[in-house]
Amino acid sequence: MLGPFADPASVKALDHQLGVDRPFYVQYGDWIWKFVRGDLGMSLEYRVSVWSLLGASLLNSLKLAAVAFVLVVPLSLLGGVVAALKRGRFADRAITLTGLSLTAVPEFVSAIILILVLGIWLKLLPVTASAPSGSGFFTQIKFLLLPGLALVMVLFGYIARMARAGTIEALNADYARTAYLKGLGTPVVIRRHVLRNALLPTIAVIATQVGYLIGGLVVIERLFNYNGIGLRIFTAAQNKDFTLLQSGVLLIGIVYLLATFTADVLYAVLNPRIRHGAAE
Amino acid sequence: MSADAAPALQLVDVDVVYRVRGREREVLRGVSLTVGRGEAYGLVGESGCGKSTTALAVVRYLPRNGRVRAGSIEVAGRDVLSLSGAELRRLRAQELSMVYQNPGEALNPSIRVGDQVAEVFRVGGVPRGEAPARAEGALRTVQIAAPASVMRRYPHQLSGGMQQRVVIAMALAKNPALLILDEPTTGLDATVEAEVLDLIQQLQAEFHTSVLFISHNLAVIAKMCERVGVLYAGRLVEEGPVERVLHDPRHPYTVGLLRCIPRGGVRKDHGRLDTIPGFLPSIGEELAGCVFADRCALVQPICRTDEPPLYDVGTAHASRCHFHEIAQELPRATPADLEQPLRIDRTSTPLLRVEDLAKVFHQSGHDVHALGGVSASIWPGETLGLVGESGSGKTTFARALLGLVGPSGGTVELDGRGLAPRLGQRTPEDVRVLQIVFQNPDSALNRRHLVRRILRRALKKLAGLSGSGAEERMHELADSVRLAERHLSVRPNQLSGGLKQRVAIARAFAGSPRLVVCDEPTSALDVSVQAAILNLLVELQADQKVAYLFISHDLGVVRYISDRIAVLYLGRLMELGPADVVFEGPHHPYTEALLSAVPTIDGGGRDRIRLKGEIPSPAALPSGCVFHTRCHRRIGPICEQEEPPLVEATPGQFLRCHIPIEELRRLQAPEPAEAAPAAVV
Amino acid sequence: MPVRPTAAVTARRETFRQLLRSKTLIPGAAIVGFWIFCAILGPTIAPHDPLGQTQPQLVAPSWKYLFGTDQLGRDVLSRVLAGARSIMVVAPAATLLGLVGGTIVGLVTGYFRGLVDDAVSRVIDAVLALPLIVIAVTVLAALGPSTVTLIVVIGIVFTPLVGRTVRAAVLAERSLEYVQAARLRGERAPYVMFVEILPNVMGPIVVEATVRLGYAIFAIAGLTFLGFGVQPPAPDWSLQIYDNYTLLSAGTYWWTVLFPALAIASLVIAVNLIADGIAQVLDR
Repeated sequence: MLGPFADPASVKALDHQLGVDRPFYVQYGDWIWKFVRGDLGMSLEYRVSVWSLLGASLLNSLKLAAVAFVLVVPLSLLGGVVAALKRGRFADRAITLTGLSLTAVPEFVSAIILILVLGIWLKLLPVTASAPSGSGFFTQIKFLLLPGLALVMVLFGYIARMARAGTIEALNADYARTAYLKGLGTPVVIRRHVLRNALLPTIAVIATQVGYLIGGLVVIERLFNYNGIGLRIFTAAQNKDFTLLQSGVLLIGIVYLLATFTADVLYAVLNPRIRHGAAE
Repeated sequence: MSADAAPALQLVDVDVVYRVRGREREVLRGVSLTVGRGEAYGLVGESGCGKSTTALAVVRYLPRNGRVRAGSIEVAGRDVLSLSGAELRRLRAQELSMVYQNPGEALNPSIRVGDQVAEVFRVGGVPRGEAPARAEGALRTVQIAAPASVMRRYPHQLSGGMQQRVVIAMALAKNPALLILDEPTTGLDATVEAEVLDLIQQLQAEFHTSVLFISHNLAVIAKMCERVGVLYAGRLVEEGPVERVLHDPRHPYTVGLLRCIPRGGVRKDHGRLDTIPGFLPSIGEELAGCVFADRCALVQPICRTDEPPLYDVGTAHASRCHFHEIAQELPRATPADLEQPLRIDRTSTPLLRVEDLAKVFHQSGHDVHALGGVSASIWPGETLGLVGESGSGKTTFARALLGLVGPSGGTVELDGRGLAPRLGQRTPEDVRVLQIVFQNPDSALNRRHLVRRILRRALKKLAGLSGSGAEERMHELADSVRLAERHLSVRPNQLSGGLKQRVAIARAFAGSPRLVVCDEPTSALDVSVQAAILNLLVELQADQKVAYLFISHDLGVVRYISDRIAVLYLGRLMELGPADVVFEGPHHPYTEALLSAVPTIDGGGRDRIRLKGEIPSPAALPSGCVFHTRCHRRIGPICEQEEPPLVEATPGQFLRCHIPIEELRRLQAPEPAEAAPAAVV
Repeated sequence: MPVRPTAAVTARRETFRQLLRSKTLIPGAAIVGFWIFCAILGPTIAPHDPLGQTQPQLVAPSWKYLFGTDQLGRDVLSRVLAGARSIMVVAPAATLLGLVGGTIVGLVTGYFRGLVDDAVSRVIDAVLALPLIVIAVTVLAALGPSTVTLIVVIGIVFTPLVGRTVRAAVLAERSLEYVQAARLRGERAPYVMFVEILPNVMGPIVVEATVRLGYAIFAIAGLTFLGFGVQPPAPDWSLQIYDNYTLLSAGTYWWTVLFPALAIASLVIAVNLIADGIAQVLDR
C-alpha cells in the first residue's frame, strides 16, 4: 500500500487506522463481532468496505452457480436413472464412463477445451463470461453458459453416480418386486415406487457438491476473469489482503452451511421416516 | 380364460439355470408339481435347494442371470412362460400373488399404507374413488383393528406382524387363483408368527385360495399344508400328503432330515441326534444319478448312474429313490450312544451367580429397560436355557454377564466372588473363564484371518500358549470339534456354515472355559448341520464339565440341550425351572402361550392359546405385571397394579405370577379327549 | 459350501483375476504407466530441451515441432513429456499423507466413538464446509507457495475426508461379533483396531486412495493454474496452460494449451478408471 520505502510514522498511522497494531486475538474477536453484525470491515488492499466488494461478487457468483445447477441437476439425475435402468448394458457404461471422465478433469482444463471447441472453432458461444453492462436476462445467461458448462462437467459425474446407485438399490428392493407383482408396468413402477426412494439420498449429495462448486468458482472465475466471489478470494490471496480473504472464506462457509441446511430440511420433508417418527 | 377346472399351478419338468461366470448352472432340475384348486401345497428343503427359485420362476421374476431352460409353468391353466408383457401384468394383477420374508422391505417406505393397498384395486380395475374404501375393507379382512388409522400410516410406523398383515391383505385383495407364501413368518416372533399363520389358515379356508407355501420349517408346513414336496439340490425327491411324508417318509433324505430335528421331548441324556453326513452338491454340479447319492448311507452302484424315477409308493405318495421300500432303514450317521450323563450338584456354590442384573439403555431421550433385575445361578456342567421373544433381554443378559455391556445394576459372582462389571476391569483369568459362541459365524470370525491364526491367537491369549505347545494344542482343539487339517489353512469364507461354527466353538474352548454363552448358535444353520453342532456341544460338555447359557428361540432345541430353562419377557424373569417342568407344566401363562404358539411336526397336544396384540416396547413398560396387557389368564386389577414376586412354586421351579400354582395346574390340565403320542419316525 | 481343495483358488487370486478382466482398470493402468515412464525419463526422451527457450516462438505443429512451440520458444511436446514429473510426485505424496492420517483418524473415531468421535466429527464438518481450493489458497497465501506446503495442506485437508470414509467402514465392522470375540479374549484396543479391523476395511481404503489420488491431481492442477501450486519454470502442464491461455481468445495459438490440457485430462481420467475398476471388483 505504502510501498517498501514508507517511513515508519506513516506505517504506524496506517496500522492504527486499520487496527492491525492491536494484539492478534483482539483483532480476531473484534472482526468476528463485527462480522456477526454485518460489518465486514475495510479491505486492506482497496481501502473500501469489504461488504461493498463481496456483496456484488457474491451475487455474480450465485448467477453463475444457478446457471450451472439448473443445467446439471436434471441432466445428471436423468443420466443416473437411465444408467441404472440399463445397468450393465452399453448405455450404462457410456453414461458412467463419460461422467467419470468429465468429473475427473480439472475445471480449467475442461473449460479450455470448451472455449476452444464451442467458443473459438464453432463460434457458438461468447468466450468471456461477463455480458456487456445493461444486457438483458438472456444475453447474460448466454455469456454465462460457457463457464457454467465447465462447472456442469465437473458436477455431472458425482450426481449421476449417486442417482444411479440409489436407483439400482431401489430397483433391487423388495418393494419394487411387490410393485411389479401387483401387475404394474415398468414405467409406473419407476415413477411411483422407485424414483422417490432412489433420489432421496441424492439430495444430500447435491448439497455437498455446493462446496466443490464454490471451489470450482475460484478457478473458473479466474480463467474467465469473471467478477465473482471466487475471483475476489483469489485476488485477495494474491495480494495478501487478509481482511477481505477471511470475510470471503467465512461467507463461503455460510453459503455452504445454508445449502446443507436446505438439503437437510428437504430430505426430512420428503422422507416419511424422519417426518413421522418410529413405530409406536 | 381357461376353465376353473385347471389346477391353480402346474409345473412340468421345469429346469431353471443361473448364469454364473459365463456358465449356466442348473438350480432346478426337472421339477414337476401340481397345486389343486383350494389346496395348500408345501415346499420344504434346506437353504440352496431351490425353493425360492421355484417361486420366482412361477411369477416370472427370476434374477437377470436366471432363466427357465425347459419345462412349462401354468397358473390357472395359462402358460406363464409364453405370456406377453401385457398378459403377464394382467395375470399378476388378477390371478397371482406372492408374500415373502421381511414384510418391512416388501412395502414401499415412502408411500402411505392405504395408498399401497388401494393400488392393488386400481390395477385390478376398481375406479379411483372406490379403491380406498375397498382397501380399508381388505385391511379389516386381515383383522387389523383400526384400519382407517393404519391406512394413513407409513410402513415403518407399523410392527412386523402388522406389516405382514398388510402384505397379506394386498396379496388377497385380488382374490388370486394362486397365492405363493415364501417363508412368510420367518423372522417374526413366535407369538406373532402363530397369529399370522392362524390368519392365513382362516383366510385360506374362507376364500378357498390355492396356496404354494414355501418354508424351511417342517412343523410350519405340517400345520399349514395338505400336501408337501421335499426339494433337495433342485430336485423334488419326495411328494405326498403331509401326514404320510412326515410320518412315513420314503426317501432317505426326508428320513435323515426328520431325524435331525430334536422333538417329541427328546433330551441330550436320551441320546444323540442323527445327522446327515457330507454337504449339499454345489450349485450347478453335474450329477449323473441320484442327487442325494453322495450323502446316502443306502447308496448302491445304481444310484450313481441312474437317476431314480418318481416311484409311486401309494396314496398319492411318491419318492425318487430306487430303494424307497427300505428308506426308513437308513443306518444312523451318528451313533445314538452317549457319554455318561453329567451329574450336576446344585448344593455346592454355583459357578456363576447373577443377582438383580439390570440394564437401561438411553436412546434418543427414552429409557429403554432392556433388563429389569434378573437373578439366576448356573452350576458347573449344566445348561441353562434362555428363551423369550425379541425385546425380552436375552442377549442383553448374556452381554452384561460377559462384561461386554456395563450393567446399570446388579452383581455377577464367579465361584462366590464378585466379578468386575466391565470386561476391561476383569482379570485375564476371569476373562478366560467366560466365553461365547455367536449366532452368525460369518461375522463372528475375522474373514481376513486364516483359521489357524484365529485359533493360535485364542490359544495365546486365553491359554498362554505359544510355539510348539500352541501348535500341538491347536491340533487337539481342531480334533475335538472335528475340524480337519486342511480346514486350518483357509479363511473362514471358504468353509461351510457348520464348519465355521466349529471354528467359533474351538475358539471359545481354547482356554478351557467354565461357562460358554451360546447365543442362538444354530439359528443360522440348516437343521442337518444344527444337529451336528448340538451333538458337538453336548460332547464337549460331557468331556469338559463346561456350563452353557444357551439362548434360542427354537423351543425344541432348548428342550433338547437344557437342564433348566429361564423364560424372559420384557426384561423380566417370568419362569425358571427344570426343563421338563417348564415344558410339561403347570407353567407361567406366558410360557404356556409361547409353547402353544410354536407349531410342532407331530401336531396337536396343546390348547391353542393366542396372545392378543404386540409385545409392548421396552421403552414404555406396562405397569404391574409386564405381561398383563397380553395375558389370557389375567385375574383382575391386581395384575395391572402390582408386579408379582418371583416365588418358588414347586421345588426348583420359580414363577412370577399372581395366580397360585394349584390354580394354574387346574387351568392348564389337558382336556381328556386329547392324546398326543409322540410319533415315531 | 465345503472346502474345495482342488480349486485352491484363494479369494485373493480370484480378486486379482477379476481386476485383470476389468474393462476400465487395464486402459487406466496403461495410461498411468505411460505417464510414470515420462515422469522418470521425460527430459531424456524429449526431442528438445523442455526448459530451453531456443526455438522459434509460436510455431504451429509441424514435423519438426509435433506439438508446436510456445511464446517463449520452448518445444511444447518436450514440455508435455517432461511435465509429468512434478504432479506425479506431489499428488501421490499428498494422497499418502491424507491416507495415513485419515486411516488413523477413522479407526480411532470409529472404534472409540463417544467423545473422541464427536469432537473429531465436528472438526471434519468444519473442514468440509470449505472447498479444498479455498482452504489451500488461503493457507498458501499466508505461508507462501512451496511444494512442501502444498503437499502438507492437501494431505491435511484429505485427512478428514479419508477419515470419514474409514470411520463409516469401521463402524460397520465394529458391530460384527468378531470384534467382541477379540475383546472377550482380552485384546487391547490397538490390537483390535490394527490387526482385527484394519485388514477388513482395506477395500474401502484402497478405493479411497485411488479416488483421492485423482482428486489430488485435480486440485494441484487447479492450484498451479492459480499460481499457488508448482512454481515456474518447472515444465508443469498447468503452468503451461497458465503461461499461454491469455493467447487463446485470438484463437490462433491453440496448440500451446490444448496439448497440456489433454495430458492432464488423460492422467486424471486414467487414475479414475483405475479407481472405478478397483471399486467395482471390491464392492461386489
